[in-house]
Amino acid sequence: MPVEIDIARVASLARIALTDEELAAYAQQLENILEHAERVQALPTEGVEPTSHPLPMVNAFRPDEAKGSLDHEEALAGAPDTEDGYFRVPKILDES
Amino acid sequence: MTDLADLTIAEATAGLRSGDFTAVDLLGAVELRAAVSESQIHAYLTLDREGARTAAEAADQAIADGDTRPLLGIPVAVKDNMVTKGVETTAGSQILAGWTPPYSGTAVKRIEDAGAVIVGKTNLDEFAMGSSTENSAYGPTRNPWNTDTVPGGSSGGSAAAVAAGSALGAYGSDTGGSIRQPAALTGTVGAKPTYGLVSRYGLIAFASSLDQIGPIAQTVPDAATLLETVVGWDPLDATSYHGDVPAISRSLDAGVAGVRIGVVAELAGDGIDPDVLAATRTTIGQLADAGAEIVELSLPAIEYALSAYYLIAPAECSANLARFDGVRYGLRVDGATTEEMMARTRAEGFGPEVTRRILLGTYALSAGYYDAFYGQAQRVRTLLRREFAAAYDQVDVLVSPTAPTTAFEIGSKTTDPLTMYLSDICTIATNLAGDPAMSVPVGVGDDGLPIGFQVLAPSLGEEVMFQVAAEVERLAGFNDRAKLATSKVVAP
Repeated sequence: MPVEIDIARVASLARIALTDEELAAYAQQLENILEHAERVQALPTEGVEPTSHPLPMVNAFRPDEAKGSLDHEEALAGAPDTEDGYFRVPKILDES
Repeated sequence: MTDLADLTIAEATAGLRSGDFTAVDLLGAVELRAAVSESQIHAYLTLDREGARTAAEAADQAIADGDTRPLLGIPVAVKDNMVTKGVETTAGSQILAGWTPPYSGTAVKRIEDAGAVIVGKTNLDEFAMGSSTENSAYGPTRNPWNTDTVPGGSSGGSAAAVAAGSALGAYGSDTGGSIRQPAALTGTVGAKPTYGLVSRYGLIAFASSLDQIGPIAQTVPDAATLLETVVGWDPLDATSYHGDVPAISRSLDAGVAGVRIGVVAELAGDGIDPDVLAATRTTIGQLADAGAEIVELSLPAIEYALSAYYLIAPAECSANLARFDGVRYGLRVDGATTEEMMARTRAEGFGPEVTRRILLGTYALSAGYYDAFYGQAQRVRTLLRREFAAAYDQVDVLVSPTAPTTAFEIGSKTTDPLTMYLSDICTIATNLAGDPAMSVPVGVGDDGLPIGFQVLAPSLGEEVMFQVAAEVERLAGFNDRAKLATSKVVAP
């Protein structure tokens, strides 16, 4: 079955600002890849458990102990913008 | 006299211990080689001259004090998706240009603690997504065997550095073949260990259930030494294996008499170049003559591995790369709102292949499609694991070509993403199964470029995998080096 993708919605969910030309090109490429990927649907998998992880691990527990970590300055050193010891970003809420 | 840059790790270690040369001499030879080869192949993104010099001097002091750690004083290269405290780490992406990590990953720490000398950070496909190292934001790496061709990828810089002698060994990461395929294309040895054997703490994540760090070297014993240095449980990686580590180098000299070797039927025909198939058959014949029992086996789910991989890996990548948002580190492109800033930053910071995979993964995980794509791919993964388990009930290891072709020309597979993805048809199933596999060079193709032979083993089966790989190396007797490395550099 041919795959149709609402590429503008996908790009919005992924938070990537793309032009209309870029969106059209990616839509075409994704449709080609997904048509190829549809081969996996041909395999009967009723009753087969999904594998999310190759090792049969359940939980990795460790003692709940306080340990050292990056100090404040180191943690902020790579940030594009900071203020008063915080990461600074443009406004999030509309003021209206 | 042999140029020190052409020594194996084992030879260099012997020379260091007997006082034939110092770690500083060895580093000098490797840096001199890099000075000549870098303009031709661009294996490195960053050369850490100061850090390397300090490490080499410390190694010389330790050697003088009688220290015999296996990698002491050995110049190695590290892929630039492994974070290194104080040394720029970009993962080949514009979005991390200029980023200096405030910490080192566990594998990097273990390499440093072993006394190895980290020469620099090697080029890669952006965030390890690619099979040619052409997707780097900082320009492609070229294959030292023929600079018109790719070195494979995504660990192409690490493989090219080892092939050229600008490092004696290197580390890469393998999510779908990113160590083994470049090793095959550059005539080097590359190993992807069992999932969980090497900590992923400080490895910039691409697909967390598939990524593994592993070695690239000139020889199988060197690869074993490099791998032994970084394996073992790490409390900082909850998915790292908390049990006994396999005896990786114990059986290197044991030969293959009585070893049961399975030939994977699905990787012995369609889609593989005739010269690669011929070299593979020759090696299998040599193994039979050396006493191995050869069995042909079919694993039908392998035919679906590539499709499953291109749903699972992009899905995990779309989640992992959400962290690059222009807030805490890396690039920021301004916008009127935070959301606009993030969307512009990501549009400018990510290259086309990374963008494509994020979009693909976002789609595959989005409401209404999750089960049809991602869920089904994970069930295929289960089928694949069952088939591998059944195969390993009958044989000790499986074998196949590593890559379907020898090194291809730069630019020849960049138009259609699917043609590039097919470079990994022989390697991808191992990652989905979580098993180890490695590539050993066995000869050259019609074009004179190297061909890799793949040995696959069950989880934690590194001992028998290295045992068979070492015998393949002896039987093939393939000792050729890339021409670039030997013709243009004079011994110091």
